[in-house]
Formats: sequence, C-alpha cells, structure tokens
Amino acid sequence: MNFGLSDEQEMIVSTVRSFVENEIYPHEDLVERTGEVPSDLAQEIKRKTLDLGFYACNFPEEVGGAGLNHLDFALVERELGRGSMALTHFFGRPQNILMACEGEQREKYLLPAVRGERMDALAMTEPEAGSDVRGMRCTAVRDGGDWVVNGTKHFISGADHADFFIVFIATGVDETPKGPKKRITAFLVDRGHPGFEVRDGYQSVSHRGYKNCVLEFTDCRLPDAQVLGEVDGGFDVMNTWLYATRITVATMSVGRARRCFDYALDYAAERKQFGQQIGKFQGVSFQIADMITEIDAADYLTLASAWRLDQGLDANREIASAKVYATEMLAHVTDATLQIFGGMGLMSDFPIERFWRDARVERIWDGTSEIQRHIISRSLLRPLGA
Amino acid sequence: MKVLVPVKRVIDYNVKVRVKADGSGVDLANVKMSMNPFDEIAVEEAIRLKEAGKADEVVAVSIGVKQAQETLRTALAMGADRAILVVAADDVHTDIEPLAVAKILKGVVDEEQPGLVLCGKQAIDNDMNATGQMLSALMGWSQATFASEVDIDGDSATVTREVDGGLQTIKVKMPAVVTVDLRLNEPRYASLPNIMKAKKKPLDEKTAADYGVDASPRLEIVKTTEPEARAAGIKVGSVDELVEKLKEAGVV
Repeated sequence: MNFGLSDEQEMIVSTVRSFVENEIYPHEDLVERTGEVPSDLAQEIKRKTLDLGFYACNFPEEVGGAGLNHLDFALVERELGRGSMALTHFFGRPQNILMACEGEQREKYLLPAVRGERMDALAMTEPEAGSDVRGMRCTAVRDGGDWVVNGTKHFISGADHADFFIVFIATGVDETPKGPKKRITAFLVDRGHPGFEVRDGYQSVSHRGYKNCVLEFTDCRLPDAQVLGEVDGGFDVMNTWLYATRITVATMSVGRARRCFDYALDYAAERKQFGQQIGKFQGVSFQIADMITEIDAADYLTLASAWRLDQGLDANREIASAKVYATEMLAHVTDATLQIFGGMGLMSDFPIERFWRDARVERIWDGTSEIQRHIISRSLLRPLGA
Repeated sequence: MKVLVPVKRVIDYNVKVRVKADGSGVDLANVKMSMNPFDEIAVEEAIRLKEAGKADEVVAVSIGVKQAQETLRTALAMGADRAILVVAADDVHTDIEPLAVAKILKGVVDEEQPGLVLCGKQAIDNDMNATGQMLSALMGWSQATFASEVDIDGDSATVTREVDGGLQTIKVKMPAVVTVDLRLNEPRYASLPNIMKAKKKPLDEKTAADYGVDASPRLEIVKTTEPEARAAGIKVGSVDELVEKLKEAGVV
C-alpha cells in the first residue's frame, strides 16, 4: 500500500494549485459582487487551460484529451475545488457522457467539446423530478420520424455558457408489477434549436455566478440523430458515464475545506482574546483538531473511491460514502471556521461566509445526502434480504 | 547552443519558516520544498531561448540531496530536455556551500560544454548570491549578474542589469554565466503533456566525488534566530502629530 503521490501527480497538483491561486482567486471578489463572469475573463481562463493541455483532461487521448485516470482527475478537481466554481467552470471538463457519441455526433459534439470550441451542459432535474428522476414530465412523442418534445428542466448548471445540452427526456412508459415505469432517452440539443429556450433560473445562495437555468421545450422537434446512446437507453448511458461525477462533488469539497481550514488555522494562531491567541483555548484548538481529522478522512475516502474505479472494482457504495462524508465534512469545517472567526466570519471582507454558503448545495446536488445514504444502506442490506 | 541551468531545491516561498529548537538551522522536516524561484526564471529564460531558435538544448542540473530529483522533474516538466542530479549530501539539512557548488558546476560545464550558464541570482534559503560569480571565475568566463533582460546575438550577449538606482546595460562575450533577477520573465506553469513527458526524459545521477569535489562544509553555523517580531504601530490623528512622533523617534 502506498499513500504517496508519484512525481507526476505532485506536479499535476502543484500546477493546478498555482493556476487556481494565480488565475482564479484574484477574480473571485468580482464574481461574488456581480454574480457574473465577464466573457473575456471566461475566454481567458479557457485559453490558458487549453494552452496547458488541461482542458478536457478527463477524456481519453484518442479523442484529444489527456487520458487522466479517475485518481489523477480527482486530484485535479480537488485543487480546482479551492476556487470559485463560476470561474473554474472554464477550466473545462466536459461531461464524460459525451463518449457515448457515435458517428456524426462525434464531429458535432464530442470533439468540439474536447477542443474547447463548444461547451456542454447536462439537464436532468425538473421542478417535479429531483431525486426521483423517473418522475420526469418532460416528454418526447413520436411524430413521423422525429420526436416532439414538451416540458421544462430546471437547476441546469452551466447552461448560460453552454452551446449544447445533454437532456434526459421520457420517451414512453412500461407497465411493471410495481406500477408504471417511465422509459428515458438522452438527447443532444443545440442552443437556438426551434422550440427550445434557455432562460435564467433562480438566485442561489451557493456558488454565485455559477448560474442555474431553466430549459423550456415547446413542440421542439428532434430527429433520431440527436439521440445519445439508444432510444429508451437513457439510464444505460447515465449509469455508464454519470456514475463517477459524484466523486467530483466529494473531491471539490475536500479542496475547498482545505482552503477554508487554512484560514481557521491562521486565525486561531493570530487572533488574541483574553490576552492570548484563541488557538490556546481548548474550545478552538479541539475544533482545529476535529476539522483536520475529518478533512484527511474525506480526502482518503474520496481518493480511494476514485482508485477503485481505476482498478475496475465496484465503487458505487464507496463513491456514495465519499460524497456524503466529504460534503457533510465541508459543512462542518466551514461552519466551525466561521465560528472561530466570530462576527468577522459573517462579513464579506473574508471569503469564509462564501465558503459557508457555497457548502450548502454540496449536500443537495448530484444526489442528496439522503440518496447517498440510501445507496450505501441498500448495497449492504439488500444482499441480506432486508 | 546548449544552455545549462543549475536549479536548487529550497524551502517553498509560501512556507512560514521555523528555526530548529537548537538554533542550528531552519526546520526542514515535513516542509514543502520547491524550486528556487530565481532558478525557475532561469529555466523559463532558457526554454524561451530554445523556442526562439537561439538554443538547441536545455540541460538542468541540481546539486544537493537525492530529493532534488523532484526539482529537476519540475524543470523537465517546464520544458528542459534533460537533467543531471549531483548527489552531494544525504541529510536534507546540509546546505552545500557556493564554492563547492561552483566547483561541481565547473566539472559539469567541462563535460557538457554549454555556450551559456543561466542561473538564479541567489537562492531564497540562504541568500548567498555567490555561486554564479564563483563559477564564472573558475571557468574564466564573462559574467553578467542580476539580469532583467537578456539578448543573445552570436558571440555576445547584451544583458540589462538591475543595479542600485537603475538599469545598466552591458555586453559580454560568450560563453558566459548570466544570473537572473526577478523581472526577467514570468515562469510558465508546467503543462500537462510536459508533466507526462518529464518522466521519460533522461535524468543522470552523479555524485560530488565524480567531479573530484569535497562538498563538506567549511562554514560553521554559530546560531540561527527568528527575526525580531515587529512591534505594533500606532495611528496618528494629524500631520502635526505625525511630525511630533517622528521628532520623538529622532528621525526628523
């Protein structure tokens, strides 16, 4: 067993860390203040990422990516997690699900996405279908050789900058002994396609500037050529390619927690009350001890789940454990750091209040903590018949 | 032309340095180490010379402990073509003194025959600012120190130097030793493809003995102490009060 990083991994971490510190941190206040990423800044981050060969580094070399394995990619995302999501979005990591593109779809979607020419966004969630994906109401019906789509998607991250979308849509219903079960198909939809509209979504307390949007389909006609994977095979592509994205949330939570922790540690060592540094009070020092212990635990849990994927081992339960633990750890670390800062922690002069706000969504998106606990417990209890 | 770039593994500039309890030096156990920032600028300049077609090979060399290999891999990931590690100490706390480093470098230069040695003006750990100058003396080569601009033109180099009170431009004959200052360039990040390629680039390992140099220390460190903590300042309410306080302090 070896817990050390290789020379390459050390250099990957150090390059991405420097990139985030030099190219992302300086612009964070602007994004927080305006809730926007200026497009020239977005393009600059994208160009620099392309120049460094890190753009789409999660894609295999044969399609122009860097071919990083899950573990190396987790290290990249862990460092990116330190910075504002609105900005690191342009350190492009297209959705792996695009590997399901076939024939002309590769030229039109996959390859331009890897080259940074077109950005993608993934759309699954609906107002009435959150954790219950199969409850979706966005429906496509056959009309001639085409599909006609009607319905609404919301909470679509990155949609404001996306040139095309991977959208999950119900394409039929199966009657099963447990009741009706919707069949789902993944479609590729271009921005500006007739009958398809992208609108601004809600103001979120987390990740200002990383907008969520609403997608509206009104009698939108899509040919079969836009189907990603097989018709009614939406869950197959989802299970093949979206399996690993929960690692992203876990690993970015670890990165952000480490950044936040450094503030807590420095403040505990410098801030004086009652004639001494507050780090000398056990109430503060034990918080510091708990925080670093939880951060390390989450870090190892997350990297181990990525490593399992690389080894071809089952990782569903481990990824769920990493996601739930890392995001709840981040909630604790940001909250405890804020407490150490006292009133000052709530002020926007420090990024602590932002880390605290941003942390909240991590326990919700990409599968809530409850869904992760469901996955973990079912994987253990189902084999026992319980 | 071949460019030789000596790089040193030093305590990372972001680390808050702590003095060892016995005062014998700085604590380096479990501390992040990086390439000396001035050397990073030298590596960058060498790579730029290669990109501009003025150099055809960039060789990085490091003299120190075995772990300096990581520093050389960084140089390779930035774009150096190959690397030479000269192991001259076992203990990470042993600092090889400038004269020993310069003598070893002379051995490397004799072997490699570069047309230019580009090095950092000093290492940020002990601020000696001596190795480049000593090397040029040992080689009998021209030297140009504290470079903020380097222009190689065949047999000569025009170097702008950052000196007290301004800039000085000099012309030196090649081969030369040029030590670089902070404003020469902004070093690049190691790109992902270059990081992946770095491992495949050759890294030769040598020892100080291979060059017949005794690297054992000649200087004795008497004491290492923390800098004195700065006393807190005060706020003054007016210009008059400021002048008053400055008079009290005896500075006006």
